[in-house]
Amino acid sequence: MKIITEFKKHELLGRGGAAFPTALKWELVARAKAEKKYIICNGSEGDPGVFKDGFILENYPQEVITGIKAALEIINNSSAYLYLRQDYYQKQRKRLAKLINGCPIKICAKTGGYLAGEETSVCAAIEGEKPEPRIKPPFPCESGLWGCPTLINNVETFYYVAQIVQGKYEKKRFYSISGAVKNKGVYEMPLSWSIERILTETGNFPRGKFFLQAGGKAMGEILLSNELKRQVKGSGAIIVYDFQTDAMALLREMIDFFLVANCDKCTPCREGIYRIGQMAQKGEIDKKDLADIFFVLENTSFCALGRGSVLPLKSLINKLL
Amino acid sequence: MKIILNKKKVVALPGETILAVAKKNGVEIPALCFHSDLKIKASCRLCLVEIKGRPGLHTACSTKVEPGMEIITESARINKARRINLELLFAQHQEECDDCVMNFDCQLLELARKYKININRFDDRKKGLPVYEFGPALIFDSSKCIDCGNCIDACQQQGIGYLEKEEKENLYRVVPGKNKECVYCGQCLVHCPAGAFEAVGEFEDIAKPLEDKNKVVVFQIAPSVRSSIGEEFGLPYGSVVTEKIVAGIKQLGVDKVFDTCVGADFTTVEESLELIERLQSKKNLPMFTSCCPAWVRFIECYYPKLIPNLTTVRSPQIILGGLIKTYWARQAKIDPARITVVSVMPCVAKKYEITREELKINGLRPVDYVLTTRELAKLFQRKKIDLKKIKSEKIDNPLGIPSGAGVIYGASGGVMESALRTTYQKMTNKKLLKIKFETVGERTRAAEVKIGNQLIRVAAVSGLGNAKKILENNPYDYVEVMACPGGCIGGGGQPMLADEEVRRKRAASLFRIDSRKEIRFAEENPIVKKLYQKFLKDKKIVDSICHTKFHEQN
Repeated sequence: MKIITEFKKHELLGRGGAAFPTALKWELVARAKAEKKYIICNGSEGDPGVFKDGFILENYPQEVITGIKAALEIINNSSAYLYLRQDYYQKQRKRLAKLINGCPIKICAKTGGYLAGEETSVCAAIEGEKPEPRIKPPFPCESGLWGCPTLINNVETFYYVAQIVQGKYEKKRFYSISGAVKNKGVYEMPLSWSIERILTETGNFPRGKFFLQAGGKAMGEILLSNELKRQVKGSGAIIVYDFQTDAMALLREMIDFFLVANCDKCTPCREGIYRIGQMAQKGEIDKKDLADIFFVLENTSFCALGRGSVLPLKSLINKLL
Repeated sequence: MKIILNKKKVVALPGETILAVAKKNGVEIPALCFHSDLKIKASCRLCLVEIKGRPGLHTACSTKVEPGMEIITESARINKARRINLELLFAQHQEECDDCVMNFDCQLLELARKYKININRFDDRKKGLPVYEFGPALIFDSSKCIDCGNCIDACQQQGIGYLEKEEKENLYRVVPGKNKECVYCGQCLVHCPAGAFEAVGEFEDIAKPLEDKNKVVVFQIAPSVRSSIGEEFGLPYGSVVTEKIVAGIKQLGVDKVFDTCVGADFTTVEESLELIERLQSKKNLPMFTSCCPAWVRFIECYYPKLIPNLTTVRSPQIILGGLIKTYWARQAKIDPARITVVSVMPCVAKKYEITREELKINGLRPVDYVLTTRELAKLFQRKKIDLKKIKSEKIDNPLGIPSGAGVIYGASGGVMESALRTTYQKMTNKKLLKIKFETVGERTRAAEVKIGNQLIRVAAVSGLGNAKKILENNPYDYVEVMACPGGCIGGGGQPMLADEEVRRKRAASLFRIDSRKEIRFAEENPIVKKLYQKFLKDKKIVDSICHTKFHEQN
């Protein structure tokens, strides 16, 4: 369990977006009493603004496998799945298979869209079911894949697990930078850096007026140029927009993303996002309706997609419309 | 364990959900998508509660209790969330309360009143969505659907999966599947909290059978209706109101009321003969019952190779209809073409059954109309007939007094038990007193009955999904299948949203009637004896009234 102590020491948090303490997750699964346990490396990367997992798989596949192997070692009776977005699966499967080299790690392809990357949907997908979120609790660490305790971590998390195992961890993360910038791409930089510094260091700080979305399209907050002293949250993505960007059109684009991405199961997410979409289509925002819809999205959504949709939508509307 | 529910200590069992504990303690929590027959979906987001120490709101239907848990079921925050979600739900649902299967007894409306919501806050997004008709049995108005998914789950549970989700303009909708057939069981209907499904003609055509003044109108009442229709008038579950139904129907101006259970007695006698024949010839075993039209259609659509295993005996309503238009018409000196037979059935598939061409006798359908339990109740209500208050009236003769065996047709296992009583009697000359059933699967009971030297293995199963599991490679000689959970007492024409507890009460009442009957064997029913002596004398006439054919459907 030394490695878990290391995670605690380094305050390693999950890099899929929810920033759950890695040590706690590993502990829960390692300690669970079960004849069979699973490990899933989640490479489903469905947010249109995030592409760092693809980058890591391309450039550091060995690290990812090392991270998964560390989990296999510490979690008894376990085997692992490497769950990859279709294009990553096609591109990396053979290379990864070589690196796996007989270890109990199966590579499988994602089915479905953005929501198929949500952890309980991932379990459903691997089981061959429709990738829709399942009721929590039980959480996957108690009852995940086929009802067994399951550790699900993001590709980047496993990369940093490998770094910690090798004593190389320097409290960094991968930033996906896109939009109206000169040097689009993925950059590994310190966690502590502010958005402003990251944009400056990568030569991406815009000259003119701009705004950006930090933390991914699905859950990132819209920030104005005077709000960049903070760190990036969520999945570490920065999407920069020119100030000429039509905010209403951007809202419509966001809504379309959510309408496609969500599963339409729960009332607030299905109906609420549809109603905000109606307002965006008309170009008229009803403040009272909007506040009420945000209230139910935040408080009553079935899964994190609905809850997480509030921050981008609210910040966009409040700051730009 | 103890938990604290709205500041009161209450006892709860491990594994129970907050919703279940609340219900037990008389605390109401709105739950639209919850139905104890179906898996928990937690999708409507109305059963929200607060739990001390856990941020946010939680769904009572899906959250299990834990020792010491402190739960609040009403607060400003909870009510606000319920209100908004209700307004969003109403915005999908095109109201048509005047003509709705829920008959104003609807959780949506009740909640709208309780939470004082504006049901028109958002425009109806489903306006103009299609209305689908599933054969002559069911109608699905998708502009009323609130996407809870109960119908899809009920259909899946039936092993059919006819209803499915289709994505259109980024929103999923419930649609009938393209490559499947509906078997008309109506389980979607009775599990829909939004009244999006109804029987064909419900309720706009319910007075139609009474409109033609030149006709002699004869009603027959199915076994299970007598222990369920009282619910529509506020009577306790399982109240038996046979003679009140008779009185009510008479007040509608109907000429005669007979009992479908008498038809069932004929079904029993014929089915028993067929069973004995098949046991002797060892052909087409196991023999399956065929009085449930949704089950028959299920076989015809999905397992046509098992058609020879279905008994060819007609269902009770069809036999009784046939007898009314032949034997009784002759007795009463009425031209059969002038008789309208109306069956009150717990079922929507029965509406389809009466349209089957091969059932015609001398060019006439044995039964002209089927009204569901709900439809008859509505007809009574329209005419201000209250079953709670009406004075009982005796049912008409000669086709009104059944044996106990005929009455239990309305509950799962009843047909089988009736037929075995008669078979046993015929083969041994002794009375079969009790059959020891053993539960062998979900809603599946089996028994071994020694008749003389022969050991017969039988099973009774309800719910098509459960039947599917024992269709092939089973060890049985005789299997009763009812499409709906619990048999006809759980039928698609019954009062809405019944759960297992309600169905159990409806069924128990039928078995109680049987246990108190002097005559409990179909073949001992005087009218059965009389008709076999005087009317059903040769094979030709027996076949034309009591037997039918089946064919592959697609």
